[in-house]
Amino acid sequence: MKRRLISMLVGAALAVGAGAAGAQISDGVIKIGVLNDMSSLYADIAGPGSVVAARMAVEDFGAAKKGMKVEIISADHQNKPDVGSSIARTWYDTDKVDVIVDVPTSSVALAINQVTRDKGKAFLVSGAATSDLTGKACSPNTIHWTYDTWMLANGTGSAIVKTGGDTWFFLTADYAFGHALERDTEAVVLKSGGKVLGKVRHPLNAQDFSSFLLQAQSSKAKIIGLANAGGDTINSIKQAAEFGIVKGGQNLAGLLVFITDVKALGLQTAQGLIFTETFYWDLNDATRAFAQRFSKEAPRNNYPTMVHAGVYSAVLHYLKAVEAIKTDDGTKVIEQMKKMPTDDPLFGKGYVRADGRKIHPAYLVEVKKPSESKHPWDLYKIRATIPAEQAFRPLDQGDCPLVKK
Amino acid sequence: MEIFGIPTQALFGQLLIGLINGSFYALLSLGLAVIFGLLNIINFTHGAQYMLGAFCAYLLLEKLGIGYWWSLLIAPLVVGATGVVIERTMLARLYKLDHLYGLLLTFGLALIIQGVFRNEYGSSGLPYRIPEQLTGGQNLGFMFLPNYRAWVIVASLVICLATWFVIERTKLGSYLRAATENPQLVQAFGINVPRMITLTYGFGVALAALAGVMAAPIYQVSPQMGSDLIIVVFAVVVIGGMGSIMGSIVTGFGLGLIEGLTKVFYPEASNTVIFIIMAIVLLIRPAGLFGTQK
Repeated sequence: MKRRLISMLVGAALAVGAGAAGAQISDGVIKIGVLNDMSSLYADIAGPGSVVAARMAVEDFGAAKKGMKVEIISADHQNKPDVGSSIARTWYDTDKVDVIVDVPTSSVALAINQVTRDKGKAFLVSGAATSDLTGKACSPNTIHWTYDTWMLANGTGSAIVKTGGDTWFFLTADYAFGHALERDTEAVVLKSGGKVLGKVRHPLNAQDFSSFLLQAQSSKAKIIGLANAGGDTINSIKQAAEFGIVKGGQNLAGLLVFITDVKALGLQTAQGLIFTETFYWDLNDATRAFAQRFSKEAPRNNYPTMVHAGVYSAVLHYLKAVEAIKTDDGTKVIEQMKKMPTDDPLFGKGYVRADGRKIHPAYLVEVKKPSESKHPWDLYKIRATIPAEQAFRPLDQGDCPLVKK
Repeated sequence: MEIFGIPTQALFGQLLIGLINGSFYALLSLGLAVIFGLLNIINFTHGAQYMLGAFCAYLLLEKLGIGYWWSLLIAPLVVGATGVVIERTMLARLYKLDHLYGLLLTFGLALIIQGVFRNEYGSSGLPYRIPEQLTGGQNLGFMFLPNYRAWVIVASLVICLATWFVIERTKLGSYLRAATENPQLVQAFGINVPRMITLTYGFGVALAALAGVMAAPIYQVSPQMGSDLIIVVFAVVVIGGMGSIMGSIVTGFGLGLIEGLTKVFYPEASNTVIFIIMAIVLLIRPAGLFGTQK
């Protein structure tokens, strides 16, 4: 009888304890959903590699040792906003996902930005580019981590105009991302005294770019700005070489190029391209060590892209914030993430701004010549480092309603 | 001189590019039309087989050092042989059933093949160089025409017309056509109809692989290269008239031209224009432009 009483008391105490924990960490588990393109043109940039990066962040945070239970699930949004938002709803409503991470393809990210806000959860963007996520669409539930269109435009655009590339023609992917990148780059070109001679919008995941390239060629612009990404950028660059565009005196500006794109093109075709990234694996010992570990687990032993690095860094900071305030309530965690300074081996020290913009340095890189490359992933030279304070759009210029003026 | 605000010179360039894309549509839709005409199978694996052709060329070069020209011969043979195996082991069981079963089987196969290659090679694709003899290009005055693209137009025209000739104008072709009309009767004349059908499927698949090898130097060799193209090619076949050989050739080139023009006048619609045409054609001539109502 006595024993039964004790066990009941212990049981009740445990139940109360569990109940208290339940009010903090929902159902005792922090559930991270990695949502991205797993099968199409952005799958190497983000894809399964982002799941690997998230897992590494959970390991490095030491969740198991700290007694925190963290689960990672993943899904393929197929670059379709409707597919993406219905997955997000199911995750939040029935699968008890606390935070969605990555989400390349700006149109999908903007949709999930809204869903996350409606549900009061947390959204850490690494793969998507549109600067609207911290501009007019900014949300108290979203942090835009790795890079954005303003940063790319500012880094690459102004560097190119400075070296004489003052007339531009844009080849733009016809959706939210391409439009934002084109808009932000055009602003930089005009501000630096350049001119935009024309633009053409191509459908996402187009195969043949020759027609668009021919239009760019006849515009006689000095610079053909590629406001597209992934497979579209690869095919544009490859076919531009075929049509003798660079030999004819025009230059290509890849506005968003990832290391996997350069790898896929090969140095012979990609050499000399200049663009902006916020992460390169060969920056210092810590990034090199990360790349080694990542590569062992990643599909086809790929090295990490900046999107993968961003997923790692964002998840790490998220878990630190959850640990600090002992809750996984989306709005509160994002608030805490903005309060705490960030620090991780990949991006160094940084912080998250009121509009949800994560701040760190950016790098203007140039693709090496085949003769300069010492091993298969030795692909970039760092031409310049853009300090964190200058890399991103100033807080007061984004029209984010969260920022008090 | 200008037409609708576009200089004529630029327009010529765009038309030529349309023709180049049209050659791929024609080659692929030709294979589909041959297979549908003789087997009554809607071969959804066609895009994957086109991709296999390109990968075959890539692997021949990387692993065995065999270059483009031999690949043009070897890749279609290898991929065609896999087609023969698929026909013998799987498709042959479906001829008596509804079209839908063939469609489901080939669609499933396509997904499996693409999935396997994506797992193995990723989605960014692999580079394949233009053969040395065809690098560079000609300045035509109104545009710079890469030699390789010129070769694609010529090669594709020759292959398409040769195929049309064999099927419509030779004795072998007449057997094939007769076998589609009435297999029992043709069998009664002592012709091995099942073997003929197997070889026809193999040939259709080989055509897809050949298109794949020709595409490898232009596009990235990537697992989804076929799935992007196949939907358009199906529209081409439907517009041309299911099973019509000449229909698929003419429509292939024609739609390439129309798509090329769309890319100049309203580029945003270049992905959809073919489907709009398909809808219109189906409303007016349900059997397609060159098809005959059965």
